Amino acid sequence: MTDAFEITVDGRPVPVTAGQTVGAALHAAGIRSWRATRFGGRPRGLFCGIGVCFDCLVTVNGRPPERACLLQARPGDEVTTS
Amino acid sequence: MTRVHDLAVVGGGPAGVAGALTAALAGLSVVLVDSGARLGGQYFRHPAGAHPGTPGFDRFRRQARALAGRADLLLGHQVWAVERRAADAADAADAADAADAADASAALTRDGGHDSAFTLRCTAPDGSPVAVRSRRLLLATGAYDRPLPFPGWDLPGVLTAGGAQALLKGNGVVAGRRIVVAGTGPFLLPVAAGLAGAGARVLGVYEAGGGLGLARHPLLAAGKAGEAAGYALALARHRVPYRTRQAVVAAHGERELEAVTVARLDRDWNVLSTRRLACDTLATGYGFVPQIDLGVQVGCRTRADLDGSPVLDVDDRQRTSVPGVWAAGEPAGVGGRHLAELEGRIAGLTISAPGDPVPGVLARRRDRLQAFARALLEAYPIGPGWQRWLRDDTLVCRCEEVPLARIREARELGATDVRAVKLLSRAGMGWCQGRVCGHAVARLTGAPVGEPRRPLAQPVTLGALAALTSARVETAAQDPAGVLDPAPPPDPTGPPAPTDPPAPTDPPAPKDPPAPTDPPAPSDPSAPSDPSAPTDPPTPSDPPAPAGPPGPQGPSEPTRIPGETGTEAGDDSSAASTADGKDSA
Ligand SMILES: Cc1cc2nc3c(=O)[nH]c(=O)nc-3n(C[C@H](O)[C@H](O)[C@H](O)COP(=O)(O)OP(=O)(O)OC[C@H]3O[C@@H](n4cnc5c(N)ncnc54)[C@H](O)[C@@H]3O)c2cc1C
Repeated sequence: MTDAFEITVDGRPVPVTAGQTVGAALHAAGIRSWRATRFGGRPRGLFCGIGVCFDCLVTVNGRPPERACLLQARPGDEVTTS
Repeated sequence: MTRVHDLAVVGGGPAGVAGALTAALAGLSVVLVDSGARLGGQYFRHPAGAHPGTPGFDRFRRQARALAGRADLLLGHQVWAVERRAADAADAADAADAADAADASAALTRDGGHDSAFTLRCTAPDGSPVAVRSRRLLLATGAYDRPLPFPGWDLPGVLTAGGAQALLKGNGVVAGRRIVVAGTGPFLLPVAAGLAGAGARVLGVYEAGGGLGLARHPLLAAGKAGEAAGYALALARHRVPYRTRQAVVAAHGERELEAVTVARLDRDWNVLSTRRLACDTLATGYGFVPQIDLGVQVGCRTRADLDGSPVLDVDDRQRTSVPGVWAAGEPAGVGGRHLAELEGRIAGLTISAPGDPVPGVLARRRDRLQAFARALLEAYPIGPGWQRWLRDDTLVCRCEEVPLARIREARELGATDVRAVKLLSRAGMGWCQGRVCGHAVARLTGAPVGEPRRPLAQPVTLGALAALTSARVETAAQDPAGVLDPAPPPDPTGPPAPTDPPAPTDPPAPKDPPAPTDPPAPSDPSAPSDPSAPTDPPTPSDPPAPAGPPGPQGPSEPTRIPGETGTEAGDDSSAASTADGKDSA
């Protein structure tokens, strides 16, 4: 059982405590935005934290964007930011 | 063959768990669906070992454990739609399953008048569609934060108060180092106390309303003195100033939050004077919005709560206006976890014993708690002055990036209701479907906050919608993932712009074997849904799960009801045709 593991964000390792969401792990690592808005290119990260606002959409392992605040992090997850 | 449960409960917070457990103890077959990886809802959603001193947590955990052996739990499942059919359809479907029919369900059927067939359309953690059928439905979907817009509120580092709380409680992450807490309502207190207790420097709690200060906080009324005193003590211990008639009216920073403008307000929330405060995080919230989408979908009557929020109208038995549908907790009016649990319990009782009166002691207690909830709502109205905190270029709708100026334009073009303003400005037409900006847009339009019309309560893939319309879905029952479109489909709830990210719930390839481990929370019974093979819920000493190979949403092992993974053919084309219906309220 691993209590702690790593994921990567644009290739850079980020520590995760088991049970954390991708959004929480990124936020805890000081990464507060991971995408830009369509029109203004404004940075977006966590806002509502419970899956309501969709600000925190994130790309993990090349899959279509998901809500980082709901997505449980798994060892080796590769997050790419834009 | 699809099993029809006596009761389906949506929501695994205090209301849903109490309701499900009460009904299960009375002998009903119960299934509970929650999108979270663990039971607990917004208040009790803790991972293992991370709940020091949360009042009521042990009690909740006992209930959750008791429930685990008695009901089917579908965690990590998002309900995106609910359908209702006539009673005879339910009975017909059930006839095939007669062996399952317990005495209690026979009693339900005899009772008549309240029986329907409900189908919950869910997305499993691996993205596959799951249909859950039941005779009765309890909606216990909770609430979410109500933020107000102000210049800079979309900078990273600005979080909702509940979001900061969810980070802390659900993830053990302190939202920042230098944190400002601002907004209105009693919820600011536990948020600030929690953050300070976890080591953050909380620079201040700015309560826009009130004017009374902590010593005369409305929590002191109606028996919450202990709670209020606890928060006051925690704030004092960490030297956190609590200021009423003050608010954060602007956030500043290049790429993320660096400072906020704190203003002193008059009683209508007009700015009297301002000062700047350097910080890295802001937790802000102006009350809660009850989550009533599913109730509205199925036709439940709503009423405006004291704060103008639409809530599901329930009677003293927690019944909505739609036969067979009950509501408990925040969807029936924001009132906190004690009231939520009590309402859930009452719903569980009246669902399982339709003829019996509500026990007087419970009814009286609920009345007291409801009176208290009303008093709190009345004590924290939203002052009109916030509208003048905004500048022309302040985003009101974060998803579609609609600034105040465009909402003004829409009004100048003659839009007088929220719907017209939305159509002209696109505010509320994006990913969140107006959940975040709905209140603000209504107020800026000068219109009442209407009831939400969201044909889809959660985003869903076109593949899942298409599966519903397919007349030949037997194969889907065997291979639910097979019906899904593997290519990223456009999100039916999302804005149509071509640059849009595809649906966030789009299923990843179900490459993973089922996870061998339990979700980490001690509160999580992670019950096998197969009642014939009960196992014990993990104990608090269980090691937390290696976030194994779960689906996108969560629990390492999606608990599933045997035979429930398929979709049914039938009257579902309406659901699919709503895909482009969008938010039209
Ligand atoms: C982010 C947040 C944090 C909060 N923190 C606190 C706190 O620390 N202290 C406090 O006193 N109060 C807190 N509250 C207030 C809290 O809402 C209530 O006190 C209490 O949780 C209400 O219980 P409930 O059972 O009505 O709803 P909840 O506890 O909110 O439970 C509702 C459940 O329904 C699920 N759900 C909703 N819609 C769907 C769907 N379509 N499909 C599947 N599942 C669904 C949700 O995932 C959730 O688990 C918080 C509220 C929010 C929004």
